[in-house]
Amino acid sequence: MSEHILEADGITLRFGGVTAIHDVSFHVNQGELFSIIGPNGAGKTSIFNTISQVYRPQQGDIHWKGESIMGHRPDFVAQLGIARTFQNIELFPQMTVIENLLLGRHIRMKQNWFQGMLWFGVAKVEEMENRRRVEDIIDFLEIEEWRNHPVALLPYGIQKLVELGRALAMDPELLLLDEPVAGMNLEETEDMARFILDIRRELGISMIMVEHDMGLVMDIADRIMVLDFGEKIAEGTPEEVQKDPNVIAAYLGSSDLHVSSE
Amino acid sequence: MINATLQLAQAGSGATFVQTLTKALALGSVYVLIALGFVIIFKATQVLNFAAGALSMAGAMFMTILISDGGFPLLPFDNPLAPAEGETASIAVFFVHVLIALALAAILGLVIERLTIRPMVGQPLFAMAVITLGIEIAIRPFNLDATALEGRRLGVPWGADSWVWGGAVVPKSYIVAMVIASIAGASVLFFFRTKLGVAMRAVAFDQEAAMAQGINVGRVFAIAWAMGTALAALGAIVYGMAPFPPGGSVSQEIHPLLALRVLPVIVLGGLDSVAGAIYGGLIIATAEVFAGQYLSQWNSTLGSGYSTIVPYLVMLFMLLVKPYGLFGTPEIRRV
Repeated sequence: MSEHILEADGITLRFGGVTAIHDVSFHVNQGELFSIIGPNGAGKTSIFNTISQVYRPQQGDIHWKGESIMGHRPDFVAQLGIARTFQNIELFPQMTVIENLLLGRHIRMKQNWFQGMLWFGVAKVEEMENRRRVEDIIDFLEIEEWRNHPVALLPYGIQKLVELGRALAMDPELLLLDEPVAGMNLEETEDMARFILDIRRELGISMIMVEHDMGLVMDIADRIMVLDFGEKIAEGTPEEVQKDPNVIAAYLGSSDLHVSSE
Repeated sequence: MINATLQLAQAGSGATFVQTLTKALALGSVYVLIALGFVIIFKATQVLNFAAGALSMAGAMFMTILISDGGFPLLPFDNPLAPAEGETASIAVFFVHVLIALALAAILGLVIERLTIRPMVGQPLFAMAVITLGIEIAIRPFNLDATALEGRRLGVPWGADSWVWGGAVVPKSYIVAMVIASIAGASVLFFFRTKLGVAMRAVAFDQEAAMAQGINVGRVFAIAWAMGTALAALGAIVYGMAPFPPGGSVSQEIHPLLALRVLPVIVLGGLDSVAGAIYGGLIIATAEVFAGQYLSQWNSTLGSGYSTIVPYLVMLFMLLVKPYGLFGTPEIRRV
């Protein structure tokens, strides 16, 4: 069990009479880029919300490094090292890029209120360390020029990067990326793909990515899980998933068409 | 009659100015304290706390109950106080009672947050605001029942004593009010530089994102309500010191409406700005007190209570020219 960093077992989530997720199990290996795909409303984002415990599934269990995280608060899950980005950007709009990223350092701060008020001791040392860390991330994501802009004024693609940067600032071990390239043009998508690959290679962070851009998913994911109407219909490497008749049927409504590997 | 007033004002114009200014700053201090209570709760929860009036008065009531009803059994010292008019507490006893009253007010804030606000997290803000209005209505009768018509005395150690500086008579209470508000204002300003203060700002912007950063939203809500209620209570206690009401008491006449008088302050300063609450409180009180003093020769035309209208005129003007207030955060929209 322990080689799987995250393990979900028989998750079922219902909203009243609607079953959003039905008996879904999966696992994520250390350092892996695991992708969840599926048509709209298949339950992809709901999976994220159950991992971060914003939703409480009625059945099933989720283990993080062998320990159950069920029933804990979302902020506790974040402190374990599970960071996430959101499908519809959830930044702190009036704050600058730097301030947003510094907020990602929140769980890493150990200062007490007195030190924070008067800015001495641990608070001062920490602040400088956090600044340095944030500047590294800004450097990494190549958003230097936007550093002091309030994020509400930035272009959409940059906001997506800032959100990724804020998640990285938490020094996570698992990153949940909810549609990281939604609404981006080709160039921005390629940039984002490069960053995601760099995060895996240079920082060694495991990732779960929900994405509609099949080209991106097939190119960079290690393993893919396919959901349809809340149920898992396939799981495997990109090649396996593309050939799976259930997947082809779910996406195209008929099994005699092929999904392009492009 | 009008001529006589004018002559009097001219004779001691320097002293009059000093007296008016200290009165303005003292009233401003009360406004600042209560405005800070509004601002903290608004900053964390985006809710304008309409219960501030009842909660602040309840806090002052705790104080009077502690100090004047023959003792509080948990106090480590024997409470000798059931102050009649003019009877006072020692300074140490007085301030210990203030602190206990503030702690009780904070607990009241915590309980209200847990019972009525927390279940509404994620619901429309308007619904939460209406709930605070309900709390105001529910608590007010307790306040009024507990208050005698002539008010309940706080046993303020210095009573209505004054210092006289070069002809200007300055009540000690005014100076105490300024000191208390300065300490509270500075503490709140610095508080927002702490980890918790920053977390509070983050929660205000986006609760879901704040949770994803590992911030405990429920705890932030609770602390904001505890602090907000205690600050409002402190404002009401200070406002019970003579000569705000001439005898020095928590009274049915002036205390229930105190929070309403602070509304122009937070509109002027900006609902979510600590600096705004401080500047707003001082500006509004200055306008109110100076209008009361220097326009008094037109009493017959304006009516005797016109100075209480001045804050609302300032507020209306502010809403027309700068609806987010002097220091409030304007909503950023991309165009």
